[in-house]
Amino acid sequence: MQQKQTDLQQEPSGTEFASCPPQEILRRLRRAVPDCPLLSHPEELRPYACDGLTAFRVTPLAVAIPESVAQVQKILRVCHALRLPVIPRGAGTGLSGGALPRRDGLLLSMARFRKILALDPLNRTARVEPGVTTRAISQAAAPHGLFYAPDPSSEVACTIGGNIAENAGGLHCLKYGLTVHNVLSTKIVTSDGELLTLGAEALDSAGFDLLALFVGSEGLLGVAVEATVRLLPRPPSARLIVAAFASVDSAAAAVGRLIGRQFIPAGLEMMDNLAIRAAEKFVHAGYPVDAAALLLCECDGPAEEVDEEIALAEGLLRDAGAYFLRLSCSEEERLLLWKGRKSAFPAAGRMAPDYYCMDGTIPRRAMPEALRRIARLSEEFGLPVANVFHAGDGNLHPLILYDASRPEELTNAERLGARISELCVELGGVITGEHGVGVEKLDPMCIQFRAPELEQFHRIKAAFDPDGILNPGKAIPQLRRCAELGTMHVHGGRLPFPELERF
Amino acid sequence: MSPSESDLTKALVDEVRQAHDSGTRLHLIGADTKPFLGLSVEGRRLSLREHRGIVHYEPAELVLTARAGTPLSEIHHLLAAQGQWLPFEPPSFGSSATLGGTIACGLSGPARPFFGAARDFVLGVRLLDGRGRVLRFGGEMIKNVAGFDVARLVTGAQGTLGALLEISLKVSPKPSASETLTWEEGQKDAVRVLSELAVKPFSLSAACHDGERLFLRLSGTEAGVRAAAKRIGGDRLADPDAFWRSLRERTHPFFSMPGAIWRLSVPPATLPLAPGAGALLIDWGGAQRWWKGSAEPAVVWEWARSMGGHAALLDSGRCQMQPLDPALFALQKRLKAAFDPKGILNPGRLYDER
Repeated sequence: MQQKQTDLQQEPSGTEFASCPPQEILRRLRRAVPDCPLLSHPEELRPYACDGLTAFRVTPLAVAIPESVAQVQKILRVCHALRLPVIPRGAGTGLSGGALPRRDGLLLSMARFRKILALDPLNRTARVEPGVTTRAISQAAAPHGLFYAPDPSSEVACTIGGNIAENAGGLHCLKYGLTVHNVLSTKIVTSDGELLTLGAEALDSAGFDLLALFVGSEGLLGVAVEATVRLLPRPPSARLIVAAFASVDSAAAAVGRLIGRQFIPAGLEMMDNLAIRAAEKFVHAGYPVDAAALLLCECDGPAEEVDEEIALAEGLLRDAGAYFLRLSCSEEERLLLWKGRKSAFPAAGRMAPDYYCMDGTIPRRAMPEALRRIARLSEEFGLPVANVFHAGDGNLHPLILYDASRPEELTNAERLGARISELCVELGGVITGEHGVGVEKLDPMCIQFRAPELEQFHRIKAAFDPDGILNPGKAIPQLRRCAELGTMHVHGGRLPFPELERF
Repeated sequence: MSPSESDLTKALVDEVRQAHDSGTRLHLIGADTKPFLGLSVEGRRLSLREHRGIVHYEPAELVLTARAGTPLSEIHHLLAAQGQWLPFEPPSFGSSATLGGTIACGLSGPARPFFGAARDFVLGVRLLDGRGRVLRFGGEMIKNVAGFDVARLVTGAQGTLGALLEISLKVSPKPSASETLTWEEGQKDAVRVLSELAVKPFSLSAACHDGERLFLRLSGTEAGVRAAAKRIGGDRLADPDAFWRSLRERTHPFFSMPGAIWRLSVPPATLPLAPGAGALLIDWGGAQRWWKGSAEPAVVWEWARSMGGHAALLDSGRCQMQPLDPALFALQKRLKAAFDPKGILNPGRLYDER
């Protein structure tokens, strides 16, 4: 993606940060953690200027790359004393700009925390450092017949620390849940350098469920320095059905029929025609390119169970109007059929110089309407949009194709994205299902929530981080921003969708 | 409006606002079936029991939204008619238990290790905070990462962060087949056997040891359950529902023995089985243990902590939770103040906050 050369206005965090000359900040940090790499030359800082949301770039004041919990604590104590913003970063694969630096802040890279500390097959847990990749946990667990369930698309690169910050999902979270369902405990360093354990190695813990609050908090409440995750027995069998439909409506109706009947598929994905054609051209998975929509339904578990569920799903899909069905009969075939879906983004990306991946969730019943209206918006803005859904949980990922070298196109793509976010809320859904708010969705947050809820979020933030130094300006917009946006958005004296409750 | 449905939001808001303004402490209750799950609360009773009714249920969306006072039994019936259920199998401790009380207490039954806890199924709440404001967190979406996950934070907080007015839950199709296997097994070996079974890809949905026998429940498709039962072996239990209900509702004879009882929440394979001698009932595949032994509370708490878990003492109709580490306790108090600045909502229910 072409970068939006931005001298991005720093989002006000509601806090005044003390001004201290950069040289003095670096001196204090070096004195506190002499063994910790501390980057401050512009050349060294450049690779950290953005995360997976590459349209936004900011060069940080400095980058610290600690390798021990004690170093993280010392760094935070210095930052706390100086009231210096700290932006934690895992692998930098996030798509909402959660790890976007600030010019006045320290970027805290957790990349050197790469150890799997313990693997306990009897208790079915892994204790890992936050920089361990999601995939690596499953690989380490494999010899014991176990795996770590959440499988975000970037699992080869993304890390468990980032997964916790974003409450990452994946292709199979319909059955196995999100990160919040699969983490038992995490050790965090707070804004003043204190080490706390949230959750327990048991199935619950005493007091408030701070672990659930922490997961998905986008680095605003603390820095995760260790996690204990739950491992599950690897299902011995998995089979996939690909079903093609002549209309989006019938595919969407089929999703409703599949779900809620005796079993939950391990994964249930939907692709629209543009995504199907792009994927097929790219990997030749054998998808019917004339289909208006494709459903991919996977069942996994003990072989007897899988065969029974697949037979049931096949019947339901046929009844729902599927005109083409293909069942995987071997592991090779299953992987090939998945490959089309998994490469849908890069494939669609080849159809245009740049693409912008959106994220939102809607009730399943609203899928046909959502797709119709996204198609209309696509026409209105003159930008093609390919749709890939986690259909089982109503999580849509419209992919906006554009060319950043053409004037106005990036801005147009962003405006189209904002309209899609508004559409999700209007249809009773939410502005982000798994990518997070970061900096990308701050404006849509003003549509999603009313002032009292936003105020409450800021109070929660303050309970953890009274000085507001941790990832300031991300995830929760300032009320002032929403008020200004509100005046921008008022049409004829009305807010957009006044009839809607802004939960 | 039928008696099974009434929206008392306005009256409840007025009550809490007045209490906030006058600094009156409130004792929030549903049907008051679970006073023994926390400490006693001094305050004016504010019942949410009449704030009831199903707000929204669409089986194909796998989501149900209901007001706090809705009887749990009504929800079970409604779901059963659609072949669905609450997979966390919440105990009710009496036929009048409400949804609000169940979620406020964060209660989960025998299926918890396999299907998830109450908080895993909470998608959204409408919360009446200590300022008398109605706040909406989460929603009806399974995937939702907009804003902090307050809906899960307040699950199990026993009303200390706010009164739950409305709750949205993820519901699931109920597995079509289920069977319970049982055989004699020494308690010492039980934890090892349970751990070894849990690593295998059987569709387990409950696993316990009552002191003499192991009980394993399988849930899934007909063929899946049959195949797994054949591989595992053991005797088929004749009335499995009654057995698991007795465990869930704590009506199993183990619970009627006199004296205090400890709940030990530990990693499932933890050995020794308990901090000392005494009768033991093992549930949740080893992760929840009911222990009737005598020991100084401090000793039990230290044991549970060193094992990576925590313990709670149920004695004389009260429940004392594991004391928190001071920094964590301070953080919880700040969070409590963020939701309830005057400390009027169920003060002292979880911990003595003075």
